[in-house]
Amino acid sequence: MNIQLLHEQYKALLRKEKRRIRFFQLLIIISFIGLWELASQNHWIDPLIFSAPSKVWRLFVEKWSDGTLMIHVNITLFETVLGFIIGTLLGTIIAAILWWSPFFSKVADPYLVVLNAMPKVALGPILIVALGPGMISIITMGAIISVIISTIVIYTAFIEVDTNYVKVLQTFNANRTQIFKEAILPASFPTIISTLKVNVGLSWVGVIVGEFLVSAKGLGYLIIYGFQVFNFNLVFLALMIIAVFATIMYQLVELVERKLIKAR
Amino acid sequence: MAILTVNHVYHTYFSQEVATEALHDIHFSVEPGEFVSILGASGCGKSTLLSIIAGLLEPTAGDVIIKNHDQSTSIGYMLQQDYLFPWKTIEENVTLGLKLLKYHDLHAKDIAKELLQAVGLPNIEKKFPRQLSGGMRQRAALARTLAVDPKILLLDEPFSALDYKAKLKLEDLVCAMLKSYEKTAILVTHDIGEAIAMSDRIILMSAKPGAIHKIFDVPRELAALTPFEARTHPSYGAFFQSVWKELESLEHSTSS
Ligand SMILES: Nc1ncnc2c1ncn2[C@@H]1O[C@H](COP(=O)(O)OP(=O)(O)OP(=O)(O)O)[C@@H](O)[C@H]1O
Ligand SMILES: [Mg+2]
Repeated sequence: MNIQLLHEQYKALLRKEKRRIRFFQLLIIISFIGLWELASQNHWIDPLIFSAPSKVWRLFVEKWSDGTLMIHVNITLFETVLGFIIGTLLGTIIAAILWWSPFFSKVADPYLVVLNAMPKVALGPILIVALGPGMISIITMGAIISVIISTIVIYTAFIEVDTNYVKVLQTFNANRTQIFKEAILPASFPTIISTLKVNVGLSWVGVIVGEFLVSAKGLGYLIIYGFQVFNFNLVFLALMIIAVFATIMYQLVELVERKLIKAR
Repeated sequence: MAILTVNHVYHTYFSQEVATEALHDIHFSVEPGEFVSILGASGCGKSTLLSIIAGLLEPTAGDVIIKNHDQSTSIGYMLQQDYLFPWKTIEENVTLGLKLLKYHDLHAKDIAKELLQAVGLPNIEKKFPRQLSGGMRQRAALARTLAVDPKILLLDEPFSALDYKAKLKLEDLVCAMLKSYEKTAILVTHDIGEAIAMSDRIILMSAKPGAIHKIFDVPRELAALTPFEARTHPSYGAFFQSVWKELESLEHSTSS
């Protein structure tokens, strides 16, 4: 048997399967949009509430050309990315502190559980009063919603690292900083990446809710405003844009993942 | 003057439910340049003893005295499993000790290359541990332990994952290295032949709790030879028999 030939056949099979999957994925999105348009045109659904792809598109073109959409998108994106980074980074740092001091981590344990169970968006009004109705409150919302769960998940990964790796380092006289840097942190990278993926979604929730409350700028504001003036085209437009950018952020995290985990 | 003295060491593992006595009054000393093997049934406390000697575990009672103990660079400890860091290349793994001990040595890579060559692993510096077989990983771990040039070597079954030929070769190599650099070594093994071929003395441990049952002096004519030659020496067989008998009697006394 010719192994090279078999390998080619195997690769061709993989390519074919991939094409099939792509085809059905495209089919679903195209028929969804088509059906939506059709249903709206023929009044199977109320076009005032459910809008229509063509209307959303027209609104997009209009808002894009007068430059107003750009402003809102930029603000929300900025807040979300910052909230996401701060939340994850702070979670990792707190987890490192907990790892550093087992005593402190035992003391902090019940408080973490309570804080985690609490719906963070309920803190929104307090944040706005305390930090002012602006960007800082909104970014804080985006961060606070992911920080506790990140702390818990990453800390758990830290303490589950095989202690024998620590032993190896100790035979070389490693101090605690070196142990953290050489064993604990790299061994936990896969967990940190998966919290990143979860936090992409969470920080969008925090920021959009924050913008609902502050109601001044951003995609969250557009949704609330569209709702108040009963312009559901605007609501759907904002939703679509959120979907696109949330996906892009997720893809970026996966790119980071491939870079970091490549070596394993 | 002994380089290492294990001074009436006791160790008990405590947990909420039970206290397991792992070591009971372990007392012996090792001379500079000496090679000592520890033989004993599984679970008799050999790894515990090495951890205590390495300073990773505080004994419940007793202590370990090491002559001229400046820092832990004087002790190299190879754990029972390789524990190579999966996210580091073999080269990074082998030079890890050099890096941590701040030997700002421009030759770290050369040292790694040389050691890997010596343990029979040429040209794998850039590979990752998962790309190696169990025996290859064990040899890489040995290279990592040797890289920092420790005065005392603690080896916990370093040859267990090797095929017979590689094992014989590596025994010779390790022995030659230790002899030429006048290093002291303690080897844990299940293999009586290996213990006889490599060491000057053999400590036979009994289990539950782990205690020293008997210490054998390996006949001088065997100790002077390389491990491979020792295995073929006429007096090897007789000495093997006497160690074997003792091990057997130990098993019977504990099982009855
Ligand atoms: N971390 C631990 N906590 C509690 N008990 C332990 C711990 N480590 C070892 N023991 C117990 O101590 C005893 C000695 O264990 P040890 O690992 O030293 O044995 P060993 O002689 O190295 O065995 P093997 O030849 O199988 O490696 C065993 O009964 C084991 O169950
Ligand atoms: Mg053991």
